[in-house]
Amino acid sequence: MSDITVPAVNLTIDGQKVSVPGNFTILEAAREIGVHIPHLCYHPDLSREGNCRVCVVELKGARSLVASCVYLVADGMEVHTNTPWVRETRKTVIELMLANHPEDCLFCVKNQRCELQALAAEVGVRQIRFRGEKRKAEKDTDNPAIVRDPEKCILCTRCVRVCSERQGLDVYTSTNRGFDSIVGPAFGLGLDKVACSFCGQCTSVCPTAALTEKDDTHEVWDALADPEKYVVVQTAPSVRVALGEEFGMKSGGIVTGRMVAALRRMGFDKVFDTDFAADMTIMEEGHELLHRIRTGGVLPMMTSCSPGWVNFVETLYPEILPHLSSAKSPQQMFGVTVKTYFAEREKIDPAKIVSVSIMPCTAKKWEARRPQFDDSGYRDVDIVITTRELARMIKQASIDFAALPEEDYDAPMGISTGGGQIFGATGGVMEAALRTAYEVHTGRKLDNVDFCEVRGLQGIKESQVDFGNGLILRVAVAHTLRNARKLVEKIRAGDADYHFIEIMACPGGCIAGGGQPYPIDNDVRAARMKSMYDIDVQKTYRKSHENPAIIELYDTWMGKPLGERAHHLLHTRFAPQERLK
Amino acid sequence: MEKKFADRDLACLTQLDEFLTSLEGEKGALIPVLQKAQDLFGYLPMEVLVYISRKIGVPISRVYGVVTFYSQFHLVPRGRNVIRSCQGTACHVRGASAVMREVRKCLELEGGAATTDNLRFTLESVACIGCCGLAPVMTVNGDTYGRLVPEKVGDILEQYR
Repeated sequence: MSDITVPAVNLTIDGQKVSVPGNFTILEAAREIGVHIPHLCYHPDLSREGNCRVCVVELKGARSLVASCVYLVADGMEVHTNTPWVRETRKTVIELMLANHPEDCLFCVKNQRCELQALAAEVGVRQIRFRGEKRKAEKDTDNPAIVRDPEKCILCTRCVRVCSERQGLDVYTSTNRGFDSIVGPAFGLGLDKVACSFCGQCTSVCPTAALTEKDDTHEVWDALADPEKYVVVQTAPSVRVALGEEFGMKSGGIVTGRMVAALRRMGFDKVFDTDFAADMTIMEEGHELLHRIRTGGVLPMMTSCSPGWVNFVETLYPEILPHLSSAKSPQQMFGVTVKTYFAEREKIDPAKIVSVSIMPCTAKKWEARRPQFDDSGYRDVDIVITTRELARMIKQASIDFAALPEEDYDAPMGISTGGGQIFGATGGVMEAALRTAYEVHTGRKLDNVDFCEVRGLQGIKESQVDFGNGLILRVAVAHTLRNARKLVEKIRAGDADYHFIEIMACPGGCIAGGGQPYPIDNDVRAARMKSMYDIDVQKTYRKSHENPAIIELYDTWMGKPLGERAHHLLHTRFAPQERLK
Repeated sequence: MEKKFADRDLACLTQLDEFLTSLEGEKGALIPVLQKAQDLFGYLPMEVLVYISRKIGVPISRVYGVVTFYSQFHLVPRGRNVIRSCQGTACHVRGASAVMREVRKCLELEGGAATTDNLRFTLESVACIGCCGLAPVMTVNGDTYGRLVPEKVGDILEQYR
């Protein structure tokens, strides 16, 4: 964000002297000395706009207050963040926003998670002095992933910025003007009619409930309450390193055991792990990669487990669909396996199984509803809820999360390796695939399983691995759709000299997916990511193909990777989506 | 999702292409391009906006944002004759509302509609035309009509039918 080579300037903020680089804003300088300036449209991940005017401060010699999130520091500046003028203005700004905002906080899905609500409390709003007409606009509930409620929008444009700057999709824009202003897609269309990937990053930066995940918790409660149903749950790798934040724990805290205990207490019949299915994905995807290399198939092969990324390709770049691995995502592999293999093994009627998944992702809701995902003969995954929805359910069940014991997943589909676990961080699928593909291809044991070059928050990472016999495997990893697009353009230009590319739609990978607890910034991403690799190191097995439950599954039932049964159950195909773009 | 162009629009599209070529490489060309397109098509249909978006590499959402911000751009077809009825302060106090009501009645405009079904007239309200001495005022195309009373409206509109 700020470059330390910029010459420092000296200023005072509330009487305290501070020296910061000259490209700092007043807001950033204040943070350096622990002075908190309330703000709303500002977000550390995004460009600064100065839209909302909540962060105004008094600047000696200036005629009016200035927005501290955009105003740069200068030598000799004297800033006051806490004068009667500042406090009164800040409060008025919030009151004006509230004057055009529904007053249903008690029933709002964002209750106690809303930044506008928190600010109103912080600045001490006790009444709304301004009464008048309020914006009327239809909710967009036409897709299974994201709900858009323009009446709750405060026009901060964080969604516009995250969708444009991070994802390069530009789904949102400010439309109309004055009182009629609305942030939304072109022509007032629903998100399912435009090039939305359903990644949910907009829901993760929206300060109010204008953009939220579609709430499917009622369906889960109904299934759990039905004595005829056998309800199984899978939890994605990233949920366990973020869920604790919803209960006041530090960022990245590992709560695997407590999460499993909570799910049992909620009434799930089996608590399984998406990590198991991630190991299956590696079996299939790893073998597919080697098959493509050996038979002259389409290269580079690209991962297809991030549903936001799949939507992106189907909508904007259908011509590169042959590059996508045909392997289903872990969520869908789990879904189809639980209603076939597990049902057969446990002699349970698959018609009675309700398959629930807990995901860090809003696009997974969309993925589960794709028409082709019924290879088990039933809907492979019935209900998808996000980490945030799970946290709400645990609270509704009056479970004291912090006091729970640590419990283990159920066998067999709760047994997993470190390879499956690291799927949730950008570079993780690549690393897990390399661990397995290397040993399958060379027949030799891989001593150092850590492929550190593909880890971390850098936008695009490249590496090569010597597989022996003249095969140097060249790989690339990208996260965010803006970075993904760069690699896609390289492929289109014929310059993508890679064998394998991993793409995750969200910045940092699933650990910062659109369904994860907020607020999220790079510190939070780094903390969650570190926990992913900490779990990996502690696992008995770190290579997917060494998972004893996976070996048993293939030996006793599935057959060979890419074999007939696997082909039918674990692979799929993708097709272009017609949307406005 | 996407509509195809009708044959009669293809000629307009060719002219739009020529204009786009003349602007090649220029930044900030969106507004002139939209103005040109509206001149050619009479309004800005969705398929024309999508076409412009792709041609100049500006996301369709942003194109739509600009179109809806400026009152000069129109997303729906407009009548051949455009009536601007002034609702400025001077016109207001001298009975502009009654004049406006009469126009709507003569044109049989129901509800919020601003354009007649036969596309003969579009009615707009404006904040001030700049000839308060003639209040209340309206213009039809370029012609100005001042010191209006509702009784005069019917005869004026008749000239444009």
